Amino acid sequence: MITSFGLPQFGFLLTGLQWTLALTAIALVGGGIAGLAIALARVARNPWLWRSAAGYIALFQGTPLLMQLFVVYYGLGLLGLKLPAWAAVAIGFTLNASAFLGDIWRGAIQAVPHGQAEAASALGLRYAARMRHVVLPQALRIAQPATVGYLVQLIKGTSLAAIVGFIELARAGQIVANQTHSPLLVYGVVGALYFAICWPLSLYSARLETRLAVAAR
Amino acid sequence: MGHSLDFSVVYDNAPALLWGCLGTIGLALAGMALALVIGLLGVLARASRFAPLRIATVAFIEVIRNTPFLVQIFFIFFVLPYAGLRLNPTITAIIALGINGGAYAIEIIRGGVQSIPRGQIEAGLALGLHRLQVFRLVVLRPALRAIYPALTSQFVLLTLTTSICTSVAAYELTSVAQRIESDSFRSFEVYFSITFLYLAMSWLLMTGFAAIAGRAFAWPTR
Repeated sequence: MITSFGLPQFGFLLTGLQWTLALTAIALVGGGIAGLAIALARVARNPWLWRSAAGYIALFQGTPLLMQLFVVYYGLGLLGLKLPAWAAVAIGFTLNASAFLGDIWRGAIQAVPHGQAEAASALGLRYAARMRHVVLPQALRIAQPATVGYLVQLIKGTSLAAIVGFIELARAGQIVANQTHSPLLVYGVVGALYFAICWPLSLYSARLETRLAVAAR
Repeated sequence: MGHSLDFSVVYDNAPALLWGCLGTIGLALAGMALALVIGLLGVLARASRFAPLRIATVAFIEVIRNTPFLVQIFFIFFVLPYAGLRLNPTITAIIALGINGGAYAIEIIRGGVQSIPRGQIEAGLALGLHRLQVFRLVVLRPALRAIYPALTSQFVLLTLTTSICTSVAAYELTSVAQRIESDSFRSFEVYFSITFLYLAMSWLLMTGFAAIAGRAFAWPTR
């Protein structure tokens, strides 16, 4: 039976949008915490530590996000873990986010002038205090534009959960498009919903970048 | 689920997977070529004196960069028949990749062209170079060198994006893998293996781009 695109269908898309936002939030928080560890490992002096961090980052940046989702999704099943689909894809996105945020923050930590860390050491600050009070606050400020930029990539990336079969915005769009037989209208609305969320973030990222460039002058 | 790993399915299907790799590389190269054309035309359109063209170009860039590729390829897949075009999935995928990559390429190329100081062009003309020589030697080559890292990493990203083209059943590695998976149910083994094929392809591409840069841009900066 063919139904037309009306309020119930739009409501279904909005439910999908909630899942898109939920997946993004989980990946951002989980990936943020793990990403900080990756970034610190990447700038560590211990060669084993920074080499493994660099390998981790290269692995995630050199392979398609879709493959990472597939491998995590089926890999967890193979390990005997019976997780709901949303948890499996959330783990996949979290790992991906940790690698990308780790690399962004690695760059930001390295962009903080060396003298800052040296001065902190000279003042008697140990590693933890040096990072927490001197290096990281400055690094996170430098990393702001790229971090918001990655957030846009992440929101768009969650659409790949649709291929695994999880119902977020893109998958909800596929279902409604099949029901209503008006793919152009439905994918247009789905695209507009993504745009309504991503565009303001992109503009914000660009503004942060200009502000940072002005401050650096 | 007592399931042990068995990679024999990957060995047995090695030829099909390697053909899939070629499909992916072909798709990526065709997408890059189209992206480059759209990028160059877009830079001209974005600098046009005709305001509607300028606004349309900016709108195109923002819409493409702020929506997922998956939604774009679905939209293009369904919009082309309305335009009277019945194309096969692989051509559809190339168009989608070109449009997506093109939106990013416009901004990257524009940055490169803007990085050439006006005085450099005037100096070239003052030295008696022909206008075309000035464009080729004084504008294009240095601009290309300036944007080369950004443009090529965008292209590597585009290569990884080709895996999404499986959703319209284009001929590439992921769709080949999905077919093998549905025949063998060895999902993890198949996807785990092709993840490394993708890694190898992106490394190959990066090495190739670096080799080209080493030959084409081998002049001192200062």
